[in-house]
Amino acid sequence: MILTFPHLGNVYIAGKAFLEELGQEVVPPPRCSSRTLEIGTKYSPENICLPFKVNIGNYIESIEKGADTILITGSCGPCRFGYYSVLEQNILWDLGYEVDMIVFDPISEGLDQLKEGLSKALNINSYKDVIKAGKLGWKLIQKADYLTQLSNEKRAYAIDSYEVDAIMEEYYKNIENTFGAEKMLKLMDEVEYSLKNIPIDKSKNPIRIGIVGEIYTIIEPFVNLEVEKKLGHMGVYVEKSLTPTKWVKHHVTSFPFGSKEENMKYQLAKPYLSTLVGGHGRETVGSAVYYAKQGFDGVIQLLPLNCMPEIVAKSILPQVQKDCNIPIMTLVLDEMTGEAGYLTRLEAFVDLLMRRREERKVGELLFGC
Amino acid sequence: MENYYLGVDVGSVSTNLVLIDDENNILCKKYLRTQGKPIEILKEGLKELKEEIGDVNILGAGSTGSGRYLADLIIGADIVKNEITSHAISSLNFIPDVQTIIEIGGQDSKIIIIRDGIVVDFAMNTVCAAGTGSFLDRQAYRLGIPIEDFGRMALKSNNPVRIAGRCAVFAESDMIHKQQLGHNQEDIVWGLCQALVRNYLNNVGKGKDIKGPVMFQGGVAANMGIKRAFESQLGLEVFIPEYFDVMGAVGVAMLARNEVKKKKFSNFKGLEIADVDYKVRGIECNGCANACEIVEICGDNKILARYGDKCGKWSNIKNENTKLA
Repeated sequence: MILTFPHLGNVYIAGKAFLEELGQEVVPPPRCSSRTLEIGTKYSPENICLPFKVNIGNYIESIEKGADTILITGSCGPCRFGYYSVLEQNILWDLGYEVDMIVFDPISEGLDQLKEGLSKALNINSYKDVIKAGKLGWKLIQKADYLTQLSNEKRAYAIDSYEVDAIMEEYYKNIENTFGAEKMLKLMDEVEYSLKNIPIDKSKNPIRIGIVGEIYTIIEPFVNLEVEKKLGHMGVYVEKSLTPTKWVKHHVTSFPFGSKEENMKYQLAKPYLSTLVGGHGRETVGSAVYYAKQGFDGVIQLLPLNCMPEIVAKSILPQVQKDCNIPIMTLVLDEMTGEAGYLTRLEAFVDLLMRRREERKVGELLFGC
Repeated sequence: MENYYLGVDVGSVSTNLVLIDDENNILCKKYLRTQGKPIEILKEGLKELKEEIGDVNILGAGSTGSGRYLADLIIGADIVKNEITSHAISSLNFIPDVQTIIEIGGQDSKIIIIRDGIVVDFAMNTVCAAGTGSFLDRQAYRLGIPIEDFGRMALKSNNPVRIAGRCAVFAESDMIHKQQLGHNQEDIVWGLCQALVRNYLNNVGKGKDIKGPVMFQGGVAANMGIKRAFESQLGLEVFIPEYFDVMGAVGVAMLARNEVKKKKFSNFKGLEIADVDYKVRGIECNGCANACEIVEICGDNKILARYGDKCGKWSNIKNENTKLA
């Protein structure tokens, strides 16, 4: 049994090491590339959302490298993601790929099913081993997210922001040849060390932008056309409202109550949206309010074309923008690879935020408020 | 000798050049079709500029438009700015209390909302080109009317024909149908203008608080039919600045002037660059599955820039301090 799973930003780093700790053979898909998207769009329904297409591309590229079993989480909310596993399996079978798909549905869908899936995927000999590997995996997820966030922060402050890119690019390359959790952690420590040694300009006071929206689009840099990197090179400090760490905290380690942060965001979203609308629609609204309260300069919503929960959120955001007095821009993402228009929007948005900040400063000087 | 500043706007459809002085007077302007050959057309524009004005003192230059980074490489810009900021800057100069800017170009359309002299909100058309100049161009071609006469013809109509404006394909079949029914051409043309404006307001202007004074610029502003359609649908007077077609270039020239005054020197390479031979080479990188198409620009036997890669392997090799994103 050779395992694989779809890409979700940096999760593969932890996923790979976790499964390897349990003695499983893992083939993570190659990093998402134009080829991934090309394969994905060829075999997916035309009007499905973008993450689905990238998933299919990931699977086929992994299968080419020898994978025969796919792991994926399930969902049962009002979002198409719940149907992903079923539809994806059928597509792969129709294409003649004899693969197994192990779906981890939420516990509410039945504990036995989840248990069975877990024991099949994890090759459980003793629960002690699983807990040990799980702890390491959790550590890796947090560390990987920390590095991503650190690189975002460093880009905003660095004297030469391209140095950050060089270090991160090297890091991603090295991951492929690193096996097991211990070695992975060591690699991460090294990367952290190099990132921290990049010369920075402490006097900078970067524009701060919060990224909200659909979880997959926020986390996977290939899909969001590397919005963090682009903003970072413009000297913007970026924070993401959703990360794998936040997801695990909410759905696994704080189960069944949910994490503090997410519950707080539900509260913030309440005046606008008091119920679940599927996906992360409610979190998008809550996060936008949260960033406004944190004194961020602006918010960018990422919306994969025809994502229903985010469309609901999008129509609410203008009211948030008015109430909280914070500019919010929505970027619609699809298969496009022409980045010029995208870049123009980002640049103009950053210009807008800078001008606002200047105006505010002048106002403070004049009126002392 | 007077001091002048150059503004260059390399767009998808047109490449515009302007020279302004310290009082924002426009010495000369060039409006050329890009025709998919931005480098050649830019050089041609510079050459024409040189022939027309002779020897003048150009103190600085700025570039904007979707080809702004390319233009920067060639002219040596002091400032590279996106179209939205450039348009806002120049409009504010013409009407200081402007609150809404409508800009419709060949392939994109924008709305910029300004309050108290600051850009507070903007939007660009997302995935559809139905509300832009190329749509009108195409329909004018179908009707066999030169695009220059399009607007004047629309103004003659008293009895507009309703044409679906949501999608360029639907509009075309709708229009053909109306033609077959025997509607006269003026009415169809006026119907098209209204369809374009409806599409713009529903797509780009969606949810935006459009207040007067409204300014209308970009290539399509030459079309009086569209102006009239905007006025009737918004119920506001729409102003068209004298240099409506080169507003982006004017804005960036103004920004360049400020920049040069601040930093006291200029990167501008001079109008002589029109004679330099630029070579563009495409390279396909085989480093990974992305197979990025790298563009390499050489001039004077030097590599000026490489870009088009995702990982930065090519584009980070630079000898200048401009950032290619």
